[in-house]
Order: sequence, then structure tokens, then C-alpha cells
Amino acid sequence: MMRGPPARVPAAMKFEPGRESFSRQTFVSRGDVRVFNSAAMRPALMTRAWLVLPALVLLLCVFAYPVGGLLLRSLSDPVWGLQNFEAIVEQPLYFNALVNTLIISGSVTLICLLAGYPLAYSIAQADGRTRRLLIFAVLVPFWSSILVRTFAWLVILQQRGLVNRAMLGLGIVDAPITMVHNRIGVLVGMVHILLPFMVLPLYAVMVRIDGTYTQAAASLGAPPMKNFFRVYLPLSWPGVVNGTVLVFVMGLGYFITPALLGGPGDTMIAQLIETEVSDLGRWGVAGALTVVLLLAVAVTFALLFRVGNPASRK
Amino acid sequence: MRPSSRTETWWRGLRITITVLLVIFLVAPMLIVVVISFSSAQFLMFPPPSLSMQWYHKLFGDPAWIDSLIASIEIVVPTGIVAMVLGTAAALGLARGDIPGKRIITGVLMAPIVVPVIIIAAAIFGAFRTWNLNGTLPGFILAHTVLTVPYVVSTVLASLQMVDERYEHAALTLGAPPWTVFHRIVLPLILPGMLSGLLFAMVISFDELVVSLFISSPTFRPVTVQMWSDVLGDVDPTIAAVGTLLFLFSLLVLLLEAVMRRAGITSPLVGQS
Repeated sequence: MMRGPPARVPAAMKFEPGRESFSRQTFVSRGDVRVFNSAAMRPALMTRAWLVLPALVLLLCVFAYPVGGLLLRSLSDPVWGLQNFEAIVEQPLYFNALVNTLIISGSVTLICLLAGYPLAYSIAQADGRTRRLLIFAVLVPFWSSILVRTFAWLVILQQRGLVNRAMLGLGIVDAPITMVHNRIGVLVGMVHILLPFMVLPLYAVMVRIDGTYTQAAASLGAPPMKNFFRVYLPLSWPGVVNGTVLVFVMGLGYFITPALLGGPGDTMIAQLIETEVSDLGRWGVAGALTVVLLLAVAVTFALLFRVGNPASRK
Repeated sequence: MRPSSRTETWWRGLRITITVLLVIFLVAPMLIVVVISFSSAQFLMFPPPSLSMQWYHKLFGDPAWIDSLIASIEIVVPTGIVAMVLGTAAALGLARGDIPGKRIITGVLMAPIVVPVIIIAAAIFGAFRTWNLNGTLPGFILAHTVLTVPYVVSTVLASLQMVDERYEHAALTLGAPPWTVFHRIVLPLILPGMLSGLLFAMVISFDELVVSLFISSPTFRPVTVQMWSDVLGDVDPTIAAVGTLLFLFSLLVLLLEAVMRRAGITSPLVGQS
């Protein structure tokens, strides 16, 4: 993180013989702005700063304050102490939900990456009409209600649903497989919802990759596999990191899909928070679960961006 | 032909197969919902035996669905407008104002995107209990505005980055008051960004379930909460009819946004910059 150029402004003001015209130009235009700023601009800019206030006050009152209160309740409800965190660690219900959350979110992320990478590559390689059509296909689920899509999977995956009848007809299975109210249902439903969030960041990076790099590697004799792993994959790495972080973090907080498509063995943290708050009214335990969930999100961001940054600079 | 071209063709074939299968995977559920909504069967089956409009009749004949659709519209329209106004103002302040702690303020404004919705839902539900806002229209508008303001801020910030600040400086030095500078110069330039923020906010608010689930009451519930209780109860194709209508709404908004963006690009002011 410290390897970048120290600061922009001093570099621009410094007199560098080789970049004379550039620095002089920058200096002059900066000077112009400064003259404007000090004279006529001041009052206008000061008024503008206040424009942030309405939105900021709303978010402090209806977002920061309630979330802060919920976090505080992990220590204060019903009495001050660590009892809520002890309950989470000691009771297998909570611990299992935590493990479930990490495993489900991790598997969904992996599936999305393995499926989304070739899809994003295809979109980046396609041109004109085909590309627009593929992007539209990715955006269709993006713009349709999560609830409706989960409902669709209930219909498709049920015992006498489309998938089971197709597999029976083709002789792949002898009896219908249960695919809803268990892990399969959760994974299918979540991958369907989160796949666009993997494909779009990947596509955004891939579309800017210069095709001549891989052509150069190929003409220098690199076999396709080596070419991919040594040239294309590192170039697309920022997209991989962004998509992975996005999908994993979103998966951690999932609530609707596991509740509708999952079984008793697939309970995730978000569902427990809901139960503790609306059914049991145990705000302390809900607060402690919130702390754990937020920590997981923060650790993911810190970890994956640390992994992502050095590699993206290679 | 190089020796590797054979494996290359093989990989290409595999990639295209995966792409086609994924496109089917992504699009099929929505198509199936649309088809089921016209089903003549009394229960969920695909493909339906024949077509009928019975679920749309049932939908528009059921006061519970009508009330929830009205509730949704009552929530979505003010939410979109409030979010657009607050978000645009905040983006202007952030992009052009001299603000101490700009990064922290941006962080707070963007936080609702990063923090899992379930946490926001539980927290707002707790706060609204003491403020008596659960199950009320103002409560819904406040909560949904919190969820949608970040999207407006980011779309308007993005379009402000395209606007050359020197236009504003020029107008100010020529004696135009700040408000005139805003509505004569800045507003026309960032209008596409504002409107796409508005549409974004409305679609997100319309589709929001988790927070709404917590803060709704049996007498005041938006359409998503009504759908939720329908899916949990006895499932019939009415929800497919609602889903089809919601999807049409989203497509319409998407189309509108595309048209506006095209109009924005060809507008004479943007053309000059």
C-alpha cells in the first residue's frame, strides 16, 4: 500500500526538467482554481458543505443509532456482562448456525466463481448483439424480485418438478431426488441470486484486458493453460477479488433463500437474528449474533483485499 | 495450425457450453414464473395444462393484494423522491463542498450497502418500537430512504465527476447566485444521474422484503410482505401473477433509464463538455 507515489500535489508543483510542460501546466491551472477559490468561491463552497447534513442526520438517526444500539445490547441486555457471547459459544444451535453460514456462503462463492468466470469471459469476448444479449441475461434475475425467484425454484425443484421429471425421463435417477428444504435448494437458490454479483465485476475487469498480451504469450510459445494461468488470470485478478468479496459478504447475511429453500440443518445466522428478535424478544443474543456477523464481514473485507492488492500489482 | 489449437477448440467448446447452460439457469426461473401465472391448473405445475387469466382475476379481486399493492405505491413514490433529494444534496456537498472528515461522512452514507440487511432490519425494528413507527407509512419511508440514499449518492457523484467544475466557477465569478448556478448549470448536467438514482431507489424500495418484514403490521404491509406470507402459507399461482407484474415494472424502469441515458448523452449541454 505504501509503494505508490507519495502525494500528487507536491509532485506536480516540483520543477522537473523532463516533464517541464506538464508540471507547469498543472501548476498554472491549479493556480487559477486557487484564485477563484479564495475570492468568489468561499461563500458558495461553505453553503454547499451543509448540503450533506439532511442525508447525514437521517442516516445517523435511522441507521447508525439503531445499529449501535443493537450492538450495545449484546453487552447490556438483560444485564451488563458477557453472558450473551457465552451463550453463543456454549449452545450448539448458535455455533452450528455460524459454521453453516461460513460453509454455505463459502460454497456459494466458489460455485459462483467457477461458473461466473467462464461466463464473464464469454461476455467480454462476444461482440455487439451477442454481448448485449448475454448482459441482458445476467441482468434479468438482477431486476426480478428475490422472493419470486425463490418461489420459482420451489416449483422447479419440487418432487414432481421440472428437474426431477427430466432426470427420471432421461434415466439419470430411479426415484425423484429431494432438492428443496435441504442444502441443494439453498445452494441453487443462492447461486442464482448472487451469480450476477460475481459476473459483473469480473466482466468489468475482463473487458479492459488488452487481447495482445495473450496473443504475445501464445506467439512466444506459451501453451494455452500456461498462457491462461500466467497471463490472463493475473490480469483479471482484481475482478476475481471484487466478485469474491461481494458474493461472500452478501451470502453471510442471507435470510430469505435459506428460510424458504433450506431445511432445519441449513439455519444461518441471519435467520437466528430474526427469530431472536421477532419471536423470542431476546435482544441481547440478537445483538451478540449481530456483532459476530459484522465481524465476519469486516474480516472478509480486510483479508480478501489484503490478498487481492499485492497480486493485482504484479 | 499449431499443435495446441486442438485443445484450444476443446476449451472453447466447453466454455460456450457452460455459457449457454448458465444463461438458461439465469433466465429460466423468470420465464417459468411468467408461464405459470397464466396457468389454468389449480395448483403449481409446469408446464400448465392450458392458459387462463384466473390468477390475475384472483389477484385484482382480493382486497389483501390490492391493499398491499396500494401500500407499496404509497411507500415507493415518497421514498424515491426523498432519497433523490437528500442523495443529490449530499453528493453535491461531498463533491464540491469543503467538508472536514469527508471520508467518514461518505462511509456513513454508503454503509447501508455494506452492512447485511438483516442487521439494519433488526436495528430499525428495535428503534421504531420506542418511536412508535412500526407499521406506519412515515416509518416505511424513513427506513426505505436509508436503504436507497446510498444508490442515489453514488449515481449522482458519478455524474458530477463528468461535470467540469470550471462552468460553475465561471458562473459564480460572473455574479450568479449559488441557486441559479445550481438550477441553470449543474442540474441539467446531473439530471440523468439524479433520475437513474430515483429509478434505482424506487425499484429497490418496491422489491425490499427483509426490513419491511420487520416493520410491517398486519394492517399495513407492502406487496413483498404479502407475497412472503403467501409463500409460507398455501402456495398458489397468484404469487406468479404478482411476480410477473413486478418483473414488468422493473423492465419498464430499466427501459426508461436506458431511454433517459440516451437522451442525456445527446443533450446539447453534455455534448459541449
